[in-house]
Amino acid sequence: MADTPYRIGVLVFPGSNCDRDCHHAVTQVMGATAEFIWHKEAALPPLDAVIIPGGFSYGDYLRTGAIARFSPVMAAVTSFAEAGGLVLGICNGFQILLEAGLLPGAMLRNQSLSFICRDIHVRVENTGTLFTGRCKPGQVLTLPIAHGEGNYYTDQSALSKLKAKNQVVFRYCTKEGAVTPEANPNGSLDHIAGITNAAGNVLGLMPHPERSAEALLGHEDGRLILLSLLDSITRGRVSAKPVLAS
Amino acid sequence: MKAKVSVTLKRGILDPQGQAVLHALGSLGYRGVKDVRMGKLLELELAANDRAGAEAEVKAMCERLLANTIIEDYRIELVD
Repeated sequence: MADTPYRIGVLVFPGSNCDRDCHHAVTQVMGATAEFIWHKEAALPPLDAVIIPGGFSYGDYLRTGAIARFSPVMAAVTSFAEAGGLVLGICNGFQILLEAGLLPGAMLRNQSLSFICRDIHVRVENTGTLFTGRCKPGQVLTLPIAHGEGNYYTDQSALSKLKAKNQVVFRYCTKEGAVTPEANPNGSLDHIAGITNAAGNVLGLMPHPERSAEALLGHEDGRLILLSLLDSITRGRVSAKPVLAS
Repeated sequence: MKAKVSVTLKRGILDPQGQAVLHALGSLGYRGVKDVRMGKLLELELAANDRAGAEAEVKAMCERLLANTIIEDYRIELVD
């Protein structure tokens, strides 16, 4: 498998609307093969990573991600993640991962009650993850957000665990990298914009790296996240190569 | 049997919708309102006749889907 092209699955739910952007980023920025996976699929083909794209799965009915997390494909994604598979959830994808319990916490309405669609800045808090290897410690990334429910919340004990294990990967900040209340667009607890699971193979973030990975789109910082993921896939494949007897 | 399930944000979690309604009521002159919490009401028509069984089942529905217990509380009311 080490020499076959990288294959990344992009989930599609009714109401997903960033699936094609993700497909484009996977093929054009990462140079990998992208495969759409309809939410009714109960099994995944062999994949190097899964992307859960943004959008409004099931119209955000009940709670964001609450219905999508029970789609058949999510049981397969859960098994994939539990086996160490790389999973990237962007915006609604992050919300689905929270509802599915693959990441800790929950999303509340933005404190302003407004849907916010603009560029923001996040500080990279952990460059040791499988998704941030190309970033420098404390690097400030400019990325777009577009959400009405990005106000991350969890209880104090879960927050302590997140911090203790360096699972907070991105925090909203000013252009200069200062984490201030004014730079927090949605009221997120501890300015959290993205977290990983304890094992480190699942990342959820509210900003959209796939919308900011090419100069043509105005920003390229999202590229760092996508290419870091690509590096991790490469490393995983190399280490998985059978050792030949000499 | 019918089950009425109300889901609200837990105490201590800021409810910006409730706050917006509170301020609107204040601007209408209703100064006596101290707080507003907004939530959801779900009405479930149940086939079951057994009250205890229905309550246990609706509780399981709340835990699994209807409420997110990290941020929300729920209350179940069974109506014959």
